[in-house]
Amino acid sequence: MKIVVCMKQTFDTEAKIAVDANGKINKQGVSLIMNPYDEFAVEEALRIKEKTAGEVTVVTVAGPEGQDALRQALAMGADKAVLVDPGMDEIDEFTTASILAKAISEIEYDVLLGGFRAIDDGSAQVAGRVAEILGIPVVNVITKLEIADGKAVANSEIEGGSQTVEVALPAMFTAQKGLNEPRYPSMKGIMQAKKKPMDKKVLGDLGLDAGQVAPKVKAISYFLPSARAAGKIIPGEPADAARDLVKALREEAKVI
Amino acid sequence: MAKGIWVYVEQRDGKVKKVTYELLSGGRKIADSLGEELCAVLPGKGVAGLAAELGEYGADKVFVLESDSLENYTTDAYANAVADLARQNDPTAILMGCTVTGRDLAAQVAQKLGTGLMTDCTEMALENGQLVFTRPIYAGKAFVKASCPEARPAMATIRPNIIAIEKAGRSAEVVSTAANTGDIRQVIKDIALQISTRPELTEADIVVSGGRGMKGPENFKILEELADVLGAAVGASRAAVDAGWITHSFQVGQTGKTVSPVVYIACGISGAIQHLAGMSSSKCIVAVNKDPEANIFKVADYGIVGDLFEVVPLLKEEFKKILA
Repeated sequence: MKIVVCMKQTFDTEAKIAVDANGKINKQGVSLIMNPYDEFAVEEALRIKEKTAGEVTVVTVAGPEGQDALRQALAMGADKAVLVDPGMDEIDEFTTASILAKAISEIEYDVLLGGFRAIDDGSAQVAGRVAEILGIPVVNVITKLEIADGKAVANSEIEGGSQTVEVALPAMFTAQKGLNEPRYPSMKGIMQAKKKPMDKKVLGDLGLDAGQVAPKVKAISYFLPSARAAGKIIPGEPADAARDLVKALREEAKVI
Repeated sequence: MAKGIWVYVEQRDGKVKKVTYELLSGGRKIADSLGEELCAVLPGKGVAGLAAELGEYGADKVFVLESDSLENYTTDAYANAVADLARQNDPTAILMGCTVTGRDLAAQVAQKLGTGLMTDCTEMALENGQLVFTRPIYAGKAFVKASCPEARPAMATIRPNIIAIEKAGRSAEVVSTAANTGDIRQVIKDIALQISTRPELTEADIVVSGGRGMKGPENFKILEELADVLGAAVGASRAAVDAGWITHSFQVGQTGKTVSPVVYIACGISGAIQHLAGMSSSKCIVAVNKDPEANIFKVADYGIVGDLFEVVPLLKEEFKKILA
């Protein structure tokens, strides 16, 4: 079984965000990690590979720094990596999905996986767009995946519950927390990862030009939320504090 | 000539989700400023009866997309039907709720129409005749204001609980169309809805959340009791979820759900940056924590420094008194 994982490197969840002098998000000195949801996708791909004697390719659209996340996936056990550097100042989800789909169309695949969203832009749309471009079905936000006889059965999260969905392969699945427990790369895995193929491409290598994948959405400005001011600590014995708090919520904040 | 602000009507079993009314209320103002129609797009089976109610919340027109294959939501059937209707009518914008379904549908429809999509927006406005959306990035640690300047329709999903519902009391024109659901590749084998008398976490006006300070799964009962007095939803921090005390569907934070209730009551939650990212857009934050140095007090409007096992039951009794 051939499995391809779409992945992304993101800021660490603990990262403090600042806007630089040009009004863009400041990326200097921020520690980067593999998008946590993509870790679930990589882990699931490796489990399918182990059951079916398969092969896992990880793909990202990023500048050279994106290699770190790919190397981590290789160290976990993925076989090959593809990095496409768009070399564009502004991209959006349409751009990323168009490039990913083109890169994936050059690879054999039965199963596509990705995190259901990235923790940086949180847009949760690239994987769905990739599936649409490739003409394959998508099942989003999955917490369980079983593959047999050219079909997949997935548990996917829905509002207020979950559903079981069956699709024929090839298909795209996006991972939610709970799908699995991602493994840590072993020392041996990290050493082996250095020798695994890392295919670095630019748009021209895929027969694309920047005009074809130009973003549909344009960012106008970036800003930080106004800081919340610390409020009041309600003093007193628990019973008095509880009474005074409820009173304040009703009479002062007028929210209850 | 592109025209019309469209709102996707999210419903399950004939019950319209609250976020739909929020979008109609917000969309009404945009449509008025642009001098365009506000249209509700209502796919489903046997849903035509909901059309009148959508007029009350501001729709000028309701497109009813009826088909047996729209009885349960599937990505393909709904995306094909909505995209097909959009191709025929060329709307200016399509708005959907940023729910699990809305996110799923919006991405497919946007790609089918070759257009841009801004997700989880917390504000929409007209600037120089251009629809501009504000959306959180890095889980709310920053925001970006963006637009889809050329491609049409401009698409956006809007976070629930952001727009105030206002009734417009219109009677909408109903346009019934046979839905073109196309080839449906997802086969729904089973649907398991959690039976809960409490509101959905992302839709609730009040959320009562517990963290590491809850000390164990059995103690969430006191939060549930408080929640039931308030008609609130129950949430949790990552620490409580990772400890296995409560399932991930209750998690509020950067790797869980983002909530914007009127009141967020954080009990035994230290206030890690990852948690704050998921709840700092709440209108009023209340914290109960025994550690006076806890980070949560830096963002809370009201705090009680004390033992939550003592304070929470007392709060429940006090709320009972005023809500009786």
